[in-house]
Amino acid sequence: MSSLMSRRRWLKLAGGTLASLGAAGRLYAAPPGGPRFLLVFLRGGYDATNTLIPYSSDFYYEARPGIAIPRPDPSSGTGALTLDADWALAPALRESVGVLYQQRQVAFVPFAGTPDLSRSHFETQDSLELGQPLDGPRDYRSGFLARLHSTLTSQGPAASAAIAFTDGLPVALQGPDHIPNISLRQVGKPPFDDRQARIISAMYAGHPLEPAVTSGLELRREVAQAMQTLADEMRSSGRDALSIKGFELEAERIARLMRDEYRIGFVDVGGWDTHVNQGATQGVLATNLAGLGRGLTVLAQSLGAEWKNTVVVVLSEFGRTFRENGNRGTDHGHGTVYWVLGGSVNGGRIAGAQRALARGTLFQDRDYPVLNDYRAVLGGLFRSLWTLTPAQCAQIFPQVTPVDLQLV
Amino acid sequence: MSNAMTSGKGFFPVNGAPYTPLECLSNVTEPTAVIKSFLHGTRGRLQRAAPFAAALALAACTTPGSPVGSATSAKSAAPAGALAALRREDVVWLQRLTFGLDSRTVGDYRRLGRERYLDQQLHPRDEALPEPVAAQLRALEVPQTDPAGKLEELHERRRSINAMSEGADQDQARKVLNEEGNRLAYRAVRLQLLRAVYSPAQLREQMVWFWLNHFSVHQHKADERWLLGDYAERAIRPHALGRFRDLVLATLEHPAMLEYLDNAQNAVGHVNENYARELMELHTLGVDGGYGQQDVQQLARVLTGVGIDTAAAPHLRRESQGLYVRHGAFEFNPARHDFGAKMLLGQRIDGAGFAEVARAVTLIVRRPACAHFISRELATYFAGDTPPTELIDAMAGTFRRTDGDIAATLRTLFLSRQLTGLPAPIFKDPMRYVLSAVRLAYDGRTITNTRPLLDWLNALGEAPFGRATPDGYPLTGPGWESPGQMSRRFEIARAIGSGNVHLFDAEDTGAATTNRFPQLSNRLYYEAIEPFLAANTRSALDQAGSPQEWNTFLLASPEMNYE
Repeated sequence: MSSLMSRRRWLKLAGGTLASLGAAGRLYAAPPGGPRFLLVFLRGGYDATNTLIPYSSDFYYEARPGIAIPRPDPSSGTGALTLDADWALAPALRESVGVLYQQRQVAFVPFAGTPDLSRSHFETQDSLELGQPLDGPRDYRSGFLARLHSTLTSQGPAASAAIAFTDGLPVALQGPDHIPNISLRQVGKPPFDDRQARIISAMYAGHPLEPAVTSGLELRREVAQAMQTLADEMRSSGRDALSIKGFELEAERIARLMRDEYRIGFVDVGGWDTHVNQGATQGVLATNLAGLGRGLTVLAQSLGAEWKNTVVVVLSEFGRTFRENGNRGTDHGHGTVYWVLGGSVNGGRIAGAQRALARGTLFQDRDYPVLNDYRAVLGGLFRSLWTLTPAQCAQIFPQVTPVDLQLV
Repeated sequence: MSNAMTSGKGFFPVNGAPYTPLECLSNVTEPTAVIKSFLHGTRGRLQRAAPFAAALALAACTTPGSPVGSATSAKSAAPAGALAALRREDVVWLQRLTFGLDSRTVGDYRRLGRERYLDQQLHPRDEALPEPVAAQLRALEVPQTDPAGKLEELHERRRSINAMSEGADQDQARKVLNEEGNRLAYRAVRLQLLRAVYSPAQLREQMVWFWLNHFSVHQHKADERWLLGDYAERAIRPHALGRFRDLVLATLEHPAMLEYLDNAQNAVGHVNENYARELMELHTLGVDGGYGQQDVQQLARVLTGVGIDTAAAPHLRRESQGLYVRHGAFEFNPARHDFGAKMLLGQRIDGAGFAEVARAVTLIVRRPACAHFISRELATYFAGDTPPTELIDAMAGTFRRTDGDIAATLRTLFLSRQLTGLPAPIFKDPMRYVLSAVRLAYDGRTITNTRPLLDWLNALGEAPFGRATPDGYPLTGPGWESPGQMSRRFEIARAIGSGNVHLFDAEDTGAATTNRFPQLSNRLYYEAIEPFLAANTRSALDQAGSPQEWNTFLLASPEMNYE
């Protein structure tokens, strides 16, 4: 695999892009909205190897006799999409993320991940969301997005507004700041009028849950209003809200709130733990990827002018075994592939340290190694997005040196 | 009057005479004539912070037919020599042991005293469900179904559907089969919910739920829906207060678990280590339990050949035949087993077939890490988010001394000074919240439709058999008390409080009944909740403009959301 060459190639590219952005390296000169960051967490450990396909590796085809995605056929408009000399994109993403890639709005970071070796979903998800060093005492009530949020509060509440689009508050956003959460899968009318909401809140005056109660009731009302406006707009523009569903509908709603109000967002998507019959060009994984890709396309479109201010990172707690298992599935692995999307992302490339994939280069003879530590990669991204000082970076990701992969 | 009623004493008969809650309370669970006429006659004034508590209190204490409720004033409702008021410690202890108080619980506790009540809860005999509930359970037939037969029939139907030509008929057949799966899953849920609300053996019901969550399976994977009812009834329930090792083995041998964590696919040459890992990480030792990737791989080898079969026994070589194990849909197939020696947790396990599994499980559950992990999980559930180390150590000591006797470990917990004093408050998870609200609101009245309960649990994110990941739902407050979850919970409070919830509709025909709002300000409320209300909550209740709103505020209060 020509990893060195591709690295040189993108470094050159990245340098050119950066020059046009100014010496400070800051992406947005005087942004009307300022940077936005959305983390899309694929829970369950998605099979990165059948998503970003290392098609130049013969070993890939040996290791996955039943589930490998066929090599791209340049003469065909379907099948895997060639990204560079080594990598291709899953056919299921061809029409969505593939198009964004060709518009240079997506970069992939393979061999990314955490140092956590438990290979447990829950342990690794938690340790990733905490974003703290693995050795030494950990604070289980302090997630890295919550620390990003509190770091940004110095830039004003509008610049740091954070939210989780989930039923429960994810570990990544847990911390002292009482960040709100609301699932956008179903949104109905608010149940209480102002008087009732005030009376209920008053029962929690001085109580530890007071901030959660108050912001929960307020958010419920605000979101109901925003979604009503969105539904009206969609109707008047001839788009039927019922015709889109699942993650696409969720993405449409997320876009609305990220566009108008929030700067840091979190959403999770499940269904990636494919131990059995995961399929190849078609099947469970392909269906999930296609839905995710369509949602991301909707997100990009619906953010409108703010898409250029937005960075979306799609990641998972770990990758899966390089070899397929005995059930045409894959088991818990280690390194994975992160996706970085956005209107101003330095995309159309495969970023970060790489290694040719062969029998001898697997980690513990089973998985992708982690060559791009998630804390260093995300730390570097945040530093560029918000022009953070070293002290601020250390507050978000302690004891790690941010790596600048020139993603923005 | 409001103040007089708040003394809250004297509703229980004197001198330990048997308390008959149904007799006392069957008539107060509906708005009585008093409250109805109050509503009717004063509608115009209701918006002005009407003192609803007073009106509701009157309704509660003028119930005809109650042994002491015929009293017309609070004074005569508190005869000399009445049992002492429940102390806050008693209320909290009982709340921890149960899915919330109902009058039967309080009556049993009063009659037996703490230790005898606890021992009865730890070793419950018959089910003693109210007959209307028992009749509903019998109609469900879940405990009588054999998963092997069910699976075989399912596979047969699938084969015939797959053999059909593609088109509308095939789609329709698939749909019918899918709906049947949903129906079976719902029956399993309904069974657990009805028991959780009405069984007097409340601790057992809590433990069934606790273990279902600890050994979590997800209804939307593979054929789980056909297996859930049997899993709960035959793998979990019989061992919920028994020996931990038996419980682990019962889940290990159940097709629901073997399918959910993929061990049914684990065979020599095609090792799948998913179950092996979770068996140690989530079920027995905990992630810091002193095992490594090597142990996971070794245990996965031990578990090769442990799976599911519903067809005739496979054709085996003569020397393997004696090693074949089959009961129900469970199968140990020696032809799929790795007979090499294994090294698990520093111990050598020689190839011996299924006997290796019992050896491995015994080895694991006797590790101090297992006693400690299980004790910590139990203490977190019953004593609060950060249980004291000394409590966990004491429980782990009992667990080890008794070779994993769950009832004995719980006895140590419930008689500890942490539980008998005033333990740190627990924020009720959705299961506790919904069930305790229903037990209070419809005390003694049998619901016929459990769909609303399931809908609420779904909305709050804790539906039985609904957790996709095998770690089960969170045991601690932060998993449930985010802003979004709080506002969702208040919506449920309103739904329960306003009574527009169809709990008494016919389950099968969907025939609707008139929905009446429940009366939360009942005897139980004055006995166990009202005396301990904070000033903020009293003030909110005083501002209620209708009984439904009063109910909603009470159910939204910190006092109803914590125990």
